[in-house]
Amino acid sequence: MATGPDPANGARGNLPPLSLHVPEPNFRPGDPVDYSFLDIPPAGLLPRPDETCPATETTPLCSGMVRVLGDDHQAVGPWDPKLDPETLRRMLRAMALTRAFDDRMYRGQRQGKTSFYMKCTGEEATSVASTFALAADDMVFPSYRQQGILIARGYPLTEMINQIYSNKADKLKGRQLPIMYSCRDYNFFTISGNLATQYPQAVGWAMASAIKGDSRIATAWVGEGSSAEGDFHAAMTFAAVYNAPVVMNIVNNQWAISSFSGFAGAERSTFANRAVGYGIAGIRVDGNDALAVYAATRWAANRARANGGPTLIEHFTYRAEGHSTSDDPGAYRSAHEREEWPLGDPIMRLKRHLIALGEWSVEQHTAMDAELVNLVKAATKEAEKNGILGHGLHHPFHTMFEDVYKELPWHLEEQADQAIRERQIKWPEWKPE
Amino acid sequence: MTEAATTTRRLNMIEAINEALHVMMARDPNVVVFGEDVGYFGGVFRATAGLQKQFGKNRVFDTPINECGIIGAAVGMGAYGLRPVPEIQFADYIYPGLDQLISEAARLRYRSAGEFIAPMTVRSPFGGGIFGGQTHSQSPEALFTHVAGLKTVIPCTPYDAKGLLISAIEDDDPVIFFEPKRIYNGPFSGFYDKPVEPWAKHEDSEVPEGYYTVPLGKARIVQEGEAMSVIAYGTMIHVAQAVCREKGIDAEIIDLRTLVPLDIETVEKSVKKTGKCLIIHEATRTGGFGGELSALVQERCFYHLEAPIERVTGFDTPYPHSLEWAYFPGPVRIGEAVDRLMKA
Repeated sequence: MATGPDPANGARGNLPPLSLHVPEPNFRPGDPVDYSFLDIPPAGLLPRPDETCPATETTPLCSGMVRVLGDDHQAVGPWDPKLDPETLRRMLRAMALTRAFDDRMYRGQRQGKTSFYMKCTGEEATSVASTFALAADDMVFPSYRQQGILIARGYPLTEMINQIYSNKADKLKGRQLPIMYSCRDYNFFTISGNLATQYPQAVGWAMASAIKGDSRIATAWVGEGSSAEGDFHAAMTFAAVYNAPVVMNIVNNQWAISSFSGFAGAERSTFANRAVGYGIAGIRVDGNDALAVYAATRWAANRARANGGPTLIEHFTYRAEGHSTSDDPGAYRSAHEREEWPLGDPIMRLKRHLIALGEWSVEQHTAMDAELVNLVKAATKEAEKNGILGHGLHHPFHTMFEDVYKELPWHLEEQADQAIRERQIKWPEWKPE
Repeated sequence: MTEAATTTRRLNMIEAINEALHVMMARDPNVVVFGEDVGYFGGVFRATAGLQKQFGKNRVFDTPINECGIIGAAVGMGAYGLRPVPEIQFADYIYPGLDQLISEAARLRYRSAGEFIAPMTVRSPFGGGIFGGQTHSQSPEALFTHVAGLKTVIPCTPYDAKGLLISAIEDDDPVIFFEPKRIYNGPFSGFYDKPVEPWAKHEDSEVPEGYYTVPLGKARIVQEGEAMSVIAYGTMIHVAQAVCREKGIDAEIIDLRTLVPLDIETVEKSVKKTGKCLIIHEATRTGGFGGELSALVQERCFYHLEAPIERVTGFDTPYPHSLEWAYFPGPVRIGEAVDRLMKA
């Protein structure tokens, strides 16, 4: 027997017809921007529960926002990690270097030295400060916008540029799209161009560490846009079920190419709140506050290392530039958003904090910026000796067929011969490498 | 072709696809278009530009980044009676939607004995040649031709792109509509070191206004010839034409347009006439659609063949970044196969 309103007798007649809700961002190109609707609590407001607390104690942290740096540039509240000035300066330097690197590589792409680049401008704290809170041997599973991790871990800039140029010194043999680094020696997992695939992998790595009775933990990053992928939810389920020692970051930079965070669910809830549904710990953090990012990551890392299980951290930040060199954000969002972003710029905020502490000055900062520009310039020059994309200085043709499998099967050997023969036909003067 | 309008304009492939979507949205209120970045922005390749403005957010909308959700929702919408035209931003991103495509969309009609159908057209740019690396260059058509219940369509000109897309949208079965992104803006000859030609100089960029169809399952003889039959689709049609032109080969070039259902009659007739067969695709070789074509030609034309069937394909590796042109089945690889067939 059917129950409910009978469609035949007009029992639904008084209801208005259904309508589809399609999210719409607050601002489009040309619109004035007013962020007063955002609920930004003052710094120092939220409590810091013990790292071994039941996950439910973090529920208020999932809808609030952990902030340490106040408007007066002082660190306040229980989440202040009380870092020494030298660490703060190193963190500032890594963030500034990330930005200088991005600027130079972006220009390099525009000059035709490579095919593609992605900046992380405005989001430097979400990777750099996180990395400072992890051990060097903790495994990171980044998305494509965490170049700050490599820079914070001291990976050589020249190696990064070799990869970006796909040149003959590129350790990845020119196979991968620029910025899709892989640096096993730095405990940095190979980056996929597909979205959110690294999330369940990080959980698996963490489970392996637990299986082996290790002390290392895993960390993953994903954008808020790709947190819509099924992989994200697969990861959350496994992390919760096995209480895996993993720190799961969502970098909520408000935009996934042209789609605002509402297309990933931001109109209904915070991203950190997803932790509540899965029964794991969660923290929503001011992603432009390096101290807050550090403190939240340290809390989660300590919890994971103490067998307390996974934590989901939402970094509330803003993608200050385009998605990539292939994108023009002026076509879909208001240019005023960046200027009006209420959480400011992560580098500027840390700089002002250090100055407020009396541990830094405008002059020192200016000198550092100039030094970093030169550092990147020198690394670029060094890398360019190994070639730029499309200028002949690439890996030997045979390398294209290696690493598909551990050993080269007959059909790939044949195809390698074919590729080399084709090159000789096209350039008769060429000698095989 | 049916109901051809009289006025034509020169369009590139993106414009032709965009026009097909406009035509079908205007003709059929059940057509809905959705996918990542397709709404306000109009798609990363601009294929859906202007649709949301004209037809509203109720019928043209952005989606979360979840290909499983995009395809699954299209199945549900089709079950309701809509005619969804989802976009997967790059064919390389389609894999999270495979369960919904393979286990669901492809079998809905069969398992419900026709009670439910999945009249969706999944549009997706595919193929390499734009330095997109391994996640923006793949040609996964053989994964879909292998699935019973899916149709696979690949246009190679603006005229066909519009006519085939309209047919695909009107088709009651699920259609994978792969758009060769390398030829969105011009018919790429494979000579990557020569200047790119725009579509405007190509006769097949002459696109009628309004509604017309190019039927699914019907190949096109791009050029008639006697020396050999070249069977290809997508970007490789233009490369094959350029190679045969350069070498002065009187080849018969067949653009399949639809891989499933396949126009075997046109293929068979041609190979029986020429006695030689060259199959070309950009996708990897092993398990590629060329293997299927080769088997069919052998089964049906064996006693007419004067030489072994040749297959020219991409290599069996992920699509490399810096060695893109060494990977791409370009003029040298095709030229060698053509020479072998001519000598045979």
